[in-house]
Amino acid sequence: MAPSLPPIRPEDEAAAARLRSHGAFAPRGGDPQLSAKQALCLRLGDDALILGQRLGEWCGHGPALEVDISLANLALDLVGQATLLLSEVGDGDRLAFHRDVLDFENCLLVEQPNGDFAQTIARHLLYSTWQKMFLQGLTRSGDQFLREFAAKAVKEIAYHRDLASDWTIRLGDGTEGSARRMAEGLDWCWRFVPELFEVDATLKAAIDAGIAPDPSEFEDEYRSAIAAVLAEAQLAVPADQRPILGGRRGHHSEHLGHLLAVMQFLPRTYPDAVW
Amino acid sequence: MSGDWPLWEVFVRSKGGLAHRHVGSVHAPDAELALAHARDTYTRRMEGVSLWVVPSAEIVASDPDHAGELFDPAESKIYRHPTFYDIPDEVKHI
Repeated sequence: MAPSLPPIRPEDEAAAARLRSHGAFAPRGGDPQLSAKQALCLRLGDDALILGQRLGEWCGHGPALEVDISLANLALDLVGQATLLLSEVGDGDRLAFHRDVLDFENCLLVEQPNGDFAQTIARHLLYSTWQKMFLQGLTRSGDQFLREFAAKAVKEIAYHRDLASDWTIRLGDGTEGSARRMAEGLDWCWRFVPELFEVDATLKAAIDAGIAPDPSEFEDEYRSAIAAVLAEAQLAVPADQRPILGGRRGHHSEHLGHLLAVMQFLPRTYPDAVW
Repeated sequence: MSGDWPLWEVFVRSKGGLAHRHVGSVHAPDAELALAHARDTYTRRMEGVSLWVVPSAEIVASDPDHAGELFDPAESKIYRHPTFYDIPDEVKHI
């Protein structure tokens, strides 16, 4: 019987040797080639891209046709934002489709799997509430592009946050089953919230340059806003867990690689494909 | 899931000054989400500036069996059409 895998040839080993550094968690202090503004655009762009891709995974699988369209709309808003942001850093398509896991700087929350609809809504409530507050701060950025971007995006995200709140309340204050799923979805996502408020060197540089808001200044407001939605949803605020950090430095959960494999397959396999 | 949800009729005002027009329907568990679903389904290409949703069950419809007596008498009453007036060019949306 023929072996199921081809033999490893010397040229394969040579190719692998050239990739030796890949897969290692090298410390990354941000790309020194990037300005403070570009570094900020990269992480916000990665957040939007990855969350957009995640929501896009619902396409054709939504619990109802109308919800399917809702989630696709949210996804398209985010992919549009990612396009604008990543284009400030370089070639947006190359950044989206030709980087590997360790080079993505999105927060861990947005790459978490969709789970069931309640878990998706939990993730979206937690992220869009943060994103809206961050964008509101960004409308006062010292940088014109960031100001204009934020003014446009904050309207989109205000809707995301309203929709996520509406669904959280309906699922939490719904049936026993929907309330349990909503609580489980929140529990899954809760440990990734502290990362949203981490001020690392890259963000500090942007704050010091007067182009980005300091998220630690709206953390109390954020927690109150989430608590208000959960109270209306008859849900308890989840207990704080050990925070998981590292997405901004490229230390991702195992879920991101699978997401990228799907998202990047076509342009990597058919580099000349156009649409 | 959507099988359990009531149907809502959706009306979109395409721009200020025009009437809301019926564009279709959505399923939704309540009025607020019906508006959200209508927004996401029918206004994603800038089709509107205002939305109405109405529970489909609240629509009172004429009986198709009575269409003859209701509508046929309006045939051949050409004098009911305002086609004998010249509309000034400045008057839009007629």
